[in-house]
Amino acid sequence: MDLIIPTISQGLLWSLLAIGVFITFRVLDIADLTVEGSFPLGAATAAAGLLAGWHPLTAIAVAAIAGMLSGVVTGFLCTKLRIPALLAGILTMIALYSVNLHVMGKANLSLLQVDTVFNIYGAGNISQGNMILLVGFIFVLLTGIVCYWFFGTEIGAAIRATGCNQHMIRANGINTDVTIILGLVISNALVAVSGALVAQANGFADVGMGVGTIVIGLASVIIGEVLFGTRSFKNCLVSVILGSLVYRAVIAIVLQMGMPPNDLKLFTAILVAIALSMPLFQGKLKKRKVTG
Amino acid sequence: MLKIDNIYKTFNPGTITEKVALRGVSLHLKPGDFVTVIGGNGAGKSTLMNSIAGTFKVDKGSIVIDGEDITKWGEHKRAKYIGRVFQDPMMGTAANMQIEENLAIASRRGRMPTLSWSSPAAQREVFREQLKSLNLGLEDRLESKVGLLSGGQRQALTLLMATLVEPKLLLLDEHTAALDPKTAAQVLALTNDIVNSRKLTTLMITHNMKDALSCGNRLIMLHDGKILIDVSGEEKKHLTIRDLLAMFEKAAGSELNSDALLLS
Ligand SMILES: Nc1ncnc2c1ncn2[C@@H]1O[C@H](COP(=O)(O)OP(=O)(O)OP(=O)(O)O)[C@@H](O)[C@H]1O
Ligand SMILES: [Mg+2]
Repeated sequence: MDLIIPTISQGLLWSLLAIGVFITFRVLDIADLTVEGSFPLGAATAAAGLLAGWHPLTAIAVAAIAGMLSGVVTGFLCTKLRIPALLAGILTMIALYSVNLHVMGKANLSLLQVDTVFNIYGAGNISQGNMILLVGFIFVLLTGIVCYWFFGTEIGAAIRATGCNQHMIRANGINTDVTIILGLVISNALVAVSGALVAQANGFADVGMGVGTIVIGLASVIIGEVLFGTRSFKNCLVSVILGSLVYRAVIAIVLQMGMPPNDLKLFTAILVAIALSMPLFQGKLKKRKVTG
Repeated sequence: MLKIDNIYKTFNPGTITEKVALRGVSLHLKPGDFVTVIGGNGAGKSTLMNSIAGTFKVDKGSIVIDGEDITKWGEHKRAKYIGRVFQDPMMGTAANMQIEENLAIASRRGRMPTLSWSSPAAQREVFREQLKSLNLGLEDRLESKVGLLSGGQRQALTLLMATLVEPKLLLLDEHTAALDPKTAAQVLALTNDIVNSRKLTTLMITHNMKDALSCGNRLIMLHDGKILIDVSGEEKKHLTIRDLLAMFEKAAGSELNSDALLLS
């Protein structure tokens, strides 16, 4: 029972990553591996900032900007230099590993001794655990609303159309290089903020904390879509957030049932592989129904 | 209106797959000209159209629209002046988006998108009126995803989108070729309607010689990357398929393999 609040809290903080992955994977139709570098980049930037005495919100804002820059780099590689998007993401991710070490100065920074966004408010009346829940909820709510608004604007619609049909949107006068870069920038900003929040909640930033984040993001996106639908853009956003919560709940449950934590990534990868191949199996099932 | 002067395009130059697709094409259109373009497979028709639309840059020559030299412009920038319908019904619309959203995007062709709401209610009535003119019942389905429409409905919608903001030049690349005969005839009738009533300067590629003769006020035939035949006005009005074949034989010095042109 005492696991419920931490599970929901983690689900909320990681749902920003999930929204970021949704923006690239579903909206832009790109599998962007930059997230594996921009997530720890956000954590590293925020951690280094906090240790230098920055206000936690400043640290998060700077983390977001750092995330945007990593999106610009990947976007530049795949539009202007015509490097395939998957490879462009990998290049940025690898480069960011070194960048993150530079930002932190070492492989791991502890945040136990500094003020974070989770303990500067509330004047000690609210436990840190509840603060994470509350702050996480506020961040997710704001992000959800802003994303819904933005992707409903003319620019947002151009980005969505870019992911759907580049011929069409170019024929309608939109520079797809710009829309792709913009999408990557927004996505990686959210991923970096997610990293900054997770680092503060967990009390440390680690250069290795990005490993597997793309898969966690994908798992959240797909779980959300399957369980909660994709009728409209609003519906998709809510699904992704709920998907992140469900993913955390599944992880908490399998750990409770005694699965060794070291096997978590294996478990998640298998989960995502099964979920991604669902359409194939569903197609096969349908065919069998029709013919048989 | 459109001035194409001596354009050349070679694909994959310097490799074994090198292919000269356009070798010195010049074409001047007057405002309101409706030109049908015919020619065998690989003659360079699509390459000509893509050169105008800016899908790629030409190697030599110039393209001028309404006095403005667009030879070096990118595809998206040229869209300000050019409306397009592709051969593939999937290419002209965004399948995951609503009819209304597609139209809203098309209603902004040629201007920078802003941060205002994309599908304002104010545009709805306009869209509904426009869709009604297609006679396909789409006016009641503004919020349907375009992916749910048939190929013919999608081509009709794309045609509407391409002309929603009046283009200085309308490019149609075999836009009825992927449709069944009945739907193709409907979309062609719609095309004639729109082009003639609004006097749009238009280039239409077709594989159907009958359509090429019955539509428009001018006809050109491409062969091996060059314009071989160019007839217009009264001469075109009285032209028959037989005349065309004879003209081709005279100009190219070889017999036209008419199967590719006639059967479509
Ligand atoms: N992107 C490309 N890369 C390489 N070669 C190309 C490319 N596009 C066209 N070609 C070649 O250029 C020549 C002209 O092609 P184009 O598509 O313009 O012909 P077309 O007249 O439209 O023919 P069709 O009636 O079959 O559509 C062909 O030999 C074609 O193989
Ligand atoms: Mg062609």
